[in-house]
Amino acid sequence: MLFLIIKRILLGFITLFIVSVITFVGTEVLPGDACTTYLERQAFGEQLEACYRRLGLNVPAYERYVSWALNAIQGDFGYSLSGEMPIKEVLGPRIKNSLVLASAAIFIGIPIALILGIITALWRDKLPDVAISTVTIFAMTIPEFISATLLILIIAIWLEWLPGIVIVPTDVSFLELLPNIILPVVAIAMIMTAHMARMVRSSVIQVMASEYVQMAILKGVPYWKMVFKHVLPNALLPAINVVALTIAWLLGGVVVTEVVFNYPGLGRLVIESISNRDLPTVQALAIILASIYVSINLLADLLTLMLNPRLKTLQIRK
Amino acid sequence: MADIIQKVKNLSIGFRSKKGEEILILKNISTNIKKGETVGIVGESGSGKSTLALAMMGYVKHGLYTVGGECQFNSSNLLKLKGKDLEKIRGRKIAMIPQNAGQALTPNLKIGYQIDEALQLHSDLDEIQREKKISELLNKVRLPSPETIALRYPHELSGGQQQRVAVAMALAGTPDLLLLDEPTTGLDVTTQAHVLELLNFIAKDTGTSMVYVSHDLGAIAQVSDRIIVMYSGEIVLEGPSRDILKRPIHPYTHGLLKSIPKLSLAGLPESMPGSQPQPGIIQRGCSFFDRCSFSDENCKNNSPHLEFLKDLNTSVRCFNYEKLFKEGQVNQTVNKIKNKSQDKEILNLSEVSISYAKQKLLDHIFNRISDDNPTVKDININIKKGETIALVGESGSGKSTILKSIAGLLRTKDGLIRFDENRNLSSDLKERDPNDLRVIQLIFQNPDESLNPNHTVEEIIAQPLKLYFGLKGEELKKNIIDLLQKVRLGEFYTSRYPRQLSGGEKQRVAVARAFAAKPDIILCDEVTSALDVSVQAAVLNLLQQLKEDFGTTYIFVSHDLAVVRAISDRVAVLYQGRLCEVGPSNDVYKFPSHPYTEVLLGAVLEPDPDIKPKLVAEDIVEERPPEKGCSFQGRCSRIVGDICKKEIPPWQLTDSGNAIRCHIPIKELQKEQF
Repeated sequence: MLFLIIKRILLGFITLFIVSVITFVGTEVLPGDACTTYLERQAFGEQLEACYRRLGLNVPAYERYVSWALNAIQGDFGYSLSGEMPIKEVLGPRIKNSLVLASAAIFIGIPIALILGIITALWRDKLPDVAISTVTIFAMTIPEFISATLLILIIAIWLEWLPGIVIVPTDVSFLELLPNIILPVVAIAMIMTAHMARMVRSSVIQVMASEYVQMAILKGVPYWKMVFKHVLPNALLPAINVVALTIAWLLGGVVVTEVVFNYPGLGRLVIESISNRDLPTVQALAIILASIYVSINLLADLLTLMLNPRLKTLQIRK
Repeated sequence: MADIIQKVKNLSIGFRSKKGEEILILKNISTNIKKGETVGIVGESGSGKSTLALAMMGYVKHGLYTVGGECQFNSSNLLKLKGKDLEKIRGRKIAMIPQNAGQALTPNLKIGYQIDEALQLHSDLDEIQREKKISELLNKVRLPSPETIALRYPHELSGGQQQRVAVAMALAGTPDLLLLDEPTTGLDVTTQAHVLELLNFIAKDTGTSMVYVSHDLGAIAQVSDRIIVMYSGEIVLEGPSRDILKRPIHPYTHGLLKSIPKLSLAGLPESMPGSQPQPGIIQRGCSFFDRCSFSDENCKNNSPHLEFLKDLNTSVRCFNYEKLFKEGQVNQTVNKIKNKSQDKEILNLSEVSISYAKQKLLDHIFNRISDDNPTVKDININIKKGETIALVGESGSGKSTILKSIAGLLRTKDGLIRFDENRNLSSDLKERDPNDLRVIQLIFQNPDESLNPNHTVEEIIAQPLKLYFGLKGEELKKNIIDLLQKVRLGEFYTSRYPRQLSGGEKQRVAVARAFAAKPDIILCDEVTSALDVSVQAAVLNLLQQLKEDFGTTYIFVSHDLAVVRAISDRVAVLYQGRLCEVGPSNDVYKFPSHPYTEVLLGAVLEPDPDIKPKLVAEDIVEERPPEKGCSFQGRCSRIVGDICKKEIPPWQLTDSGNAIRCHIPIKELQKEQF
């Protein structure tokens, strides 16, 4: 078991290394570089040379990669070009904001998704299922920019209950941020909940049709005891990985929603730094997003392994 | 009668088709289960036998509904009971032993918990008493070290052990009636015999009534006092077990008994034509009319009623039962097959070893396989042109593994596979040339999985013809129709999809596809085990006919010794991937034989109440072959000493040319075995 965990963590690091190399090479082969972007029309002769020297771009690429990687491991991603600020300081509040948004969506969305999924499965083809399934499929098919825009129109503009877009400084405190995030959270939760509820529904239905559930019924196990002891543990195991991917997706910045609501999270930073050709920030973001995905997936796999007795013994035997 | 425990009255269960028609799965079933008796319900898949058994617990599957009638237990109709009332009966008064215990035990709960759950629900014992009771129950079903078994998860047990746990769980509520739905189907022959013996013991010990549902007349014959034969949702014959097996007076049962291969008879049994009608196909007259050899005009137009014959204590649904009654005992005739093998050797396996071990990086780099104790080891067989050789053994004996290697799906670790004396086939598929691929074809166990559901029969058979012979247009079409006729399917089948065919028809298409390549060798992997008994004989006969026409060589893998006896010229018995005995089938089925062959032969269940299985060895499951010595040492009842544990036994030849690999001299084996 321990060996397996170490192996998975090592594999995670290798993934991150490959991602860092790809992003580094990607930014290298793109025409133009930080200095030509920065200097624009003055990008020639003496000034360009000076800029290269100042930013350390005059040494070979692999040397720059090594020094960049060494610094990145210590959390130092260099300077952002647009604001001339350390990237660390640019990222900090953005990560915090994304975390706030993501955790709000997770705490609201996941329980609702599980409950809806279970209800629809247990009352399969009956009224609760038909009603909820219709709504979830509807919520799933509307793209988030439309649902988000509709939310702004109805709640913010017509009813004037909540602010429509987030106009706050990036490093605002949590309490001040709170009323601003309600609409974005609702917009994200809608689509996420719908997807997960469908997943949970089909998984519960599959388990309900299994022979061991039939056996439990024939053994005389009361209905709710059967649901909680025999059905849910087995039905929700496959959901762990879906939940993990959803969390990673949320943390990685829900780009469209953030842009619609003007929310200062990671997703919008990605868009901004790409359009500003702020390559060092793009690199840093790529690494951070990759680490989020890798670590959350690792956690999900380990959790599944711990909860599924079948996998546990298999791994130990190997 | 006071001693009736369950009364099924005019029960009909059906479903609604997409067009909204009501289609019946069970048609007007009435029967009584008496206290302390064991009733066998036998029928092919789709005959409604499982639906009937489940209805006896008041359970109707999702999608089905009760059309009419009732299942009375303790004077209440189970099909009308709801919630709490049903929970009090299920598990406590009536318990179920499922077909596939591996899937019927909840995977995330420990064995002990699952039995404890039943005890909590159906007894007043406190925790300490329950713990003791769990051990008692596990002991009763003869599981070793109950305390440790209780702490395991279902997947950590073998198939036989899982089935025993399911029995223990059912006994936890001390039920008055036990329903067994194919409880031994999926188990190995030896395990099956042991589980049946256990069930017989429990029936005697506890006096519980049992309803035993199975498609296997052999198993039914061993346990039941009374037999109900179902066909197409109806009871066609019901009566005392012995009479039904010895003198069946319904043509279906008669034909069924004739078509089952027997250990005592070499040769192919007669087959029954056609197959059971699909539910919903409404026809006038008797539902068995198409397949019946005793039918007349009356049968075509009128459907017979179930008639109770007082002097025979039997109910029968047939106009012409008297004809059958006069016929008396079933006279089974078989077509003896002649061994047409030539002297020319077509396939030679020498010193073949195959390993499933996960290979280390270094082995990948050097493209080698390292494993000291491979799954299959030292296989030496030479196969003559035109012969049928069978590989038999329980699951895990390596028989399918060897087939895979011959087909090239799995590379060998050591040894040589030679085709036609000079073609080396030791490599895997990628390295074989197209002609080497063509000469060996494979027919799989389950045609549902081996035929592409999105291809028509024409496309399925066309593939090898296009691939190997580049046929096109008219010629291709002509060849396809030719092949279909060879497997006795008409031209109109070309446009059908596999889902529109019955099990037997699908397997015929698979056979046609194999023959399309004009192969020299056909590998048959359990080709009849997914088929119904009445269809099995027909497929076996077809295979034999084709072999005689084309001079093909068959390598036939099966766990069913009676089927092997019927079709093969030569048999190789395998245990844990090592050969135990090889010889002409006539001799392998006679003594003396290898102790493992003896165990296998003893465990075969015959549809005859007078032939009881002989249980020679324990049905332990070994995960890996032993490192040294004889492969069978772990289960052998004739072990002679340390030599069996240390040295690989030598090959000994009997007078008739049967090779046995055992440390016991042949003469002594003969003395001990008979």
